[in-house]
Amino acid sequence: MSSTVMHSNHAVAHDDHAHHDTGGNTVFGFWLYLMTDCILFASVFATYAVLVNHTAGGPSGKDIFELPYVLGETALLLVSSCTYGFAMIAAHRGFKGQTLAWLAATFVLGAGFIGMEINEFHHLIAEGFGPDRSAFLSSFFTLVGMHGLHVTAGLVWMVIMMLQVSQRGLTDRNNTRLMCLSLFWHFLDIVWICVFTIVYLMGTI
Amino acid sequence: MFGKLTLEAVPFHEPIIMITLAVVAIAGLGIFGAITYYRKWGYLWTEWLTSVDHKKIGVMYILVALIMLLRGFADAIMMRGQLAIAEGASQGYLPPEHYDQIFTAHGVIMIIFMAMPFMVGLMNIAVPLQIGARDVAFPFLNSLSFWLFVAGAILVNVSLGVGEFARTGWVAYPPLAELGYSPGVGVDYYIWALQLSGLGTLLTGVNFLVTVFKMRAPGMSWMKIPVFTWACTFTNVLIVASFPILTATLGLLSLDRYLDMHFFTNELGGNAMMYINLFWAWGHPEVYILILPAFGIFSEVISTFSGKKLFGYASMIWASGAITVLGFVVWLHHFFTMGSGANVNAFFGVATMVIAVPTGVKLFSWLFTMFRGRVQFTTPVLWTLGFMVTFTVGGMTGVLLAVPGADYVLHNSLFLIAHFHNTIIGGAVFGYLAGFTFWFPKAFGFKLDERLGKGAFWCWITGFFVAFMPLYVLGFMGMTRRLNHYDNPMWQPYLIVAFFGAGLILCGILFQLAQLVVSLRNRESLRDVTGDPWGGRTLEWSTSSPPPFYNFAVTPTVRALDAFQDMKERGEAYLRPDHYAPIHMPKNTSAGVIIGLLGAVFGFALVWHIWWLGAVSFIGMIATFIARSYNEDVDYYVQPDEIERVENRHHANFAAPRSVLNTQSVAEQI
Amino acid sequence: MSHAHSDAGAGHGSYGSYAIGFILSVILTAIPFAMVMSGQFSQSVNLISMLVMGVVQIVVHLVCFLHMNTSSEGRWNLVAFLFTVLIIVMLVGLAIWIMVNADMLMMPWMFQ
Repeated sequence: MSSTVMHSNHAVAHDDHAHHDTGGNTVFGFWLYLMTDCILFASVFATYAVLVNHTAGGPSGKDIFELPYVLGETALLLVSSCTYGFAMIAAHRGFKGQTLAWLAATFVLGAGFIGMEINEFHHLIAEGFGPDRSAFLSSFFTLVGMHGLHVTAGLVWMVIMMLQVSQRGLTDRNNTRLMCLSLFWHFLDIVWICVFTIVYLMGTI
Repeated sequence: MFGKLTLEAVPFHEPIIMITLAVVAIAGLGIFGAITYYRKWGYLWTEWLTSVDHKKIGVMYILVALIMLLRGFADAIMMRGQLAIAEGASQGYLPPEHYDQIFTAHGVIMIIFMAMPFMVGLMNIAVPLQIGARDVAFPFLNSLSFWLFVAGAILVNVSLGVGEFARTGWVAYPPLAELGYSPGVGVDYYIWALQLSGLGTLLTGVNFLVTVFKMRAPGMSWMKIPVFTWACTFTNVLIVASFPILTATLGLLSLDRYLDMHFFTNELGGNAMMYINLFWAWGHPEVYILILPAFGIFSEVISTFSGKKLFGYASMIWASGAITVLGFVVWLHHFFTMGSGANVNAFFGVATMVIAVPTGVKLFSWLFTMFRGRVQFTTPVLWTLGFMVTFTVGGMTGVLLAVPGADYVLHNSLFLIAHFHNTIIGGAVFGYLAGFTFWFPKAFGFKLDERLGKGAFWCWITGFFVAFMPLYVLGFMGMTRRLNHYDNPMWQPYLIVAFFGAGLILCGILFQLAQLVVSLRNRESLRDVTGDPWGGRTLEWSTSSPPPFYNFAVTPTVRALDAFQDMKERGEAYLRPDHYAPIHMPKNTSAGVIIGLLGAVFGFALVWHIWWLGAVSFIGMIATFIARSYNEDVDYYVQPDEIERVENRHHANFAAPRSVLNTQSVAEQI
Repeated sequence: MSHAHSDAGAGHGSYGSYAIGFILSVILTAIPFAMVMSGQFSQSVNLISMLVMGVVQIVVHLVCFLHMNTSSEGRWNLVAFLFTVLIIVMLVGLAIWIMVNADMLMMPWMFQ
């Protein structure tokens, strides 16, 4: 068996194309990771649903939820989704300054959301209604807290992105990462819809 | 400063443990000494530990899996030994508090630290090659996944010498697993070992899904993908869908233990049943994660060694898909007796029986593949035939257990133990050992000794039947699981027979260790010169053994299923282009090693409540990841002259005299 | 805000899509909150409307913010998402069914 020499094939490395493709792979991979995060939240939601009435003589949702406050938190998060969207449009057009400005706005709104949540948790714990009081409260703090931790992680990521974009500009790498953070940020807003519906609204009716 | 950790954590008063630790220390020093003496630290670091090459990562996974097999098996021999003697007045040599840790560690190690890495390792080695890709989609993430797994393995092993392991069984049900009944560190070791390695597995699932979705060679449409890659793809779908459930469940248990929450406690409204529900919602898909790749391996082995294409490829794929989806609606069969009532039990019982159907489809497809083929009885084929017989028995006892009324009698009896060992050993382990033998020459360049391989197989299969058939009988006689002592003399003869069965399996393992040593020594005469020692049908066999680090000098164009066999039939195998283009490859990195090892430190710190260390290591993990994100020097181009040199070396083998080549594989190719 | 149109490509939006998404989301949030806070509606009416509007708002987010579509670039994202929804429905649905039955049979005093 001898080897035959083939005609020159056009397998010249289309490396720019390949590089562009790896950005697409990264975003798809991140999307798949977000799907796993959905299932993580679903498991905790299921636990909340099972334990929501196990108040062990302590307060139930009706006793501790303040809907106007939650509406405020929701507004902050929703507007922040919008500002991030504007950041992505600016990035897509190559406007570094605008991108950074919208990212900063998103950060401020997100930080505001977290601040409000910490405040809510602090008050509940101070009144003796912390996560150790009952199974219901454990579920509430964990579900809402897990969402808050994700938002916090997103904020840390946002700071890193602002640094990297300001230092290196809107490179392919940075754009891919901004896209991933965009998916993350919008996904967290979707989870929040589930939270305010299933926890706060359903807990009050 | 050191949290709960004191010198008392070392079990000085347990001779078995201390002797084990001494042996491990001596062996460890020996290995470290040898590496230092032969000045191989640099080589190890640059070529293996920091590698992002899927082939090397796969080998490392399997190496750790085999080491953990030894520890898990040692647990098994100890348990069988204890039960063979601990009847009536005799208490045996393992008190309950020690025995409980042994059966817990045995389960955790065999499932999470032996079977999973073995499977992931084989997937790493074979899948990118089968689809004509040069690496996985995210090579750094692949390395990180491996080192997170190692972090979990480190924790499980450290628990032997520092502290204790969980005494709850591998499933760690509350309230036993809660602080009230498990105040020690054992459950915490369990939690962090599983959380770290579980994260690694999840990332692997994402990685390989993107790889198979996006990086197949041109022309490889979905229905031309090799069946092992298909099996792994379904497995990865199961992984990404089920592992988050485990993360959540163990996370909630840790919140109970660390922050005094009440998800699963007896007090203040906790519901322990919810843990069981969530755990098995992960746990059942987990066993399909273990078995599907093994089914894929059997398909590859049977078609290759029958010299025929796989019968019913399309129905095999659909059957695997059905198993994947159905695997998510059966999990309650692990707790029929928990009291959800007849309607719930009936639904899950029926669903469990339905799952046997696609598995049956597969079995018939394998049989029809062999029919009218010229079957060569090589070691991988023996493992496959052994699987067919053994797994069928296990599957049937599974369908029996799926009847809720029967399960009420047999739940948590030795009948159950026999059933799942039947399917896991007969199915998953036999599959991985077949795959190990099948792909060993591809990974290392020489075949394994056939005679010792066959000896290992016969010891394993006889040992398996002798060890586990008595357990089926004992289950019917009423013996439950997790007993370290019993008072019924009628049980003892069966347990003694089972102990001898375990001894036969030990012989099988010794044959395998001998096989590795002998094959290494005889590697020149066992060398795989052409890269295709078996007359393979899929693309991995078109590369040299071992493949060049870039896998394919030219990405192949695929025209049919069994792409390499198709190329051989067209006379297009081993063609060379007249010039090579530069190849884009990722660089090695230490970030995975560092994050993984910091993960082990983090887990250890949290086990012992050393909060400052936990915070420092966690921040270190994040900081390393961020630092890595700043690194732009992560890839390079292999230049055509280097590619040409590598390819010339390989193709020179084809010009070598006939007698040097593996004549069997040449005959297959004509 | 101007209606500049961005390039075609997976996941790139325009000011328009974000604006529409925002307005719809505001409406779909305000209504359930207003209904519950007013106390004028029965429990089942509240429940159904908040669940329906929640699902609709999620779809709005997916389409307007996450640009999920059936184009060739976005198709696998959609498939992955639908599969995840299937898993979640099975997981959460069956889990609640299991646990409610177990609790009713094993802890009947909780339901008196």
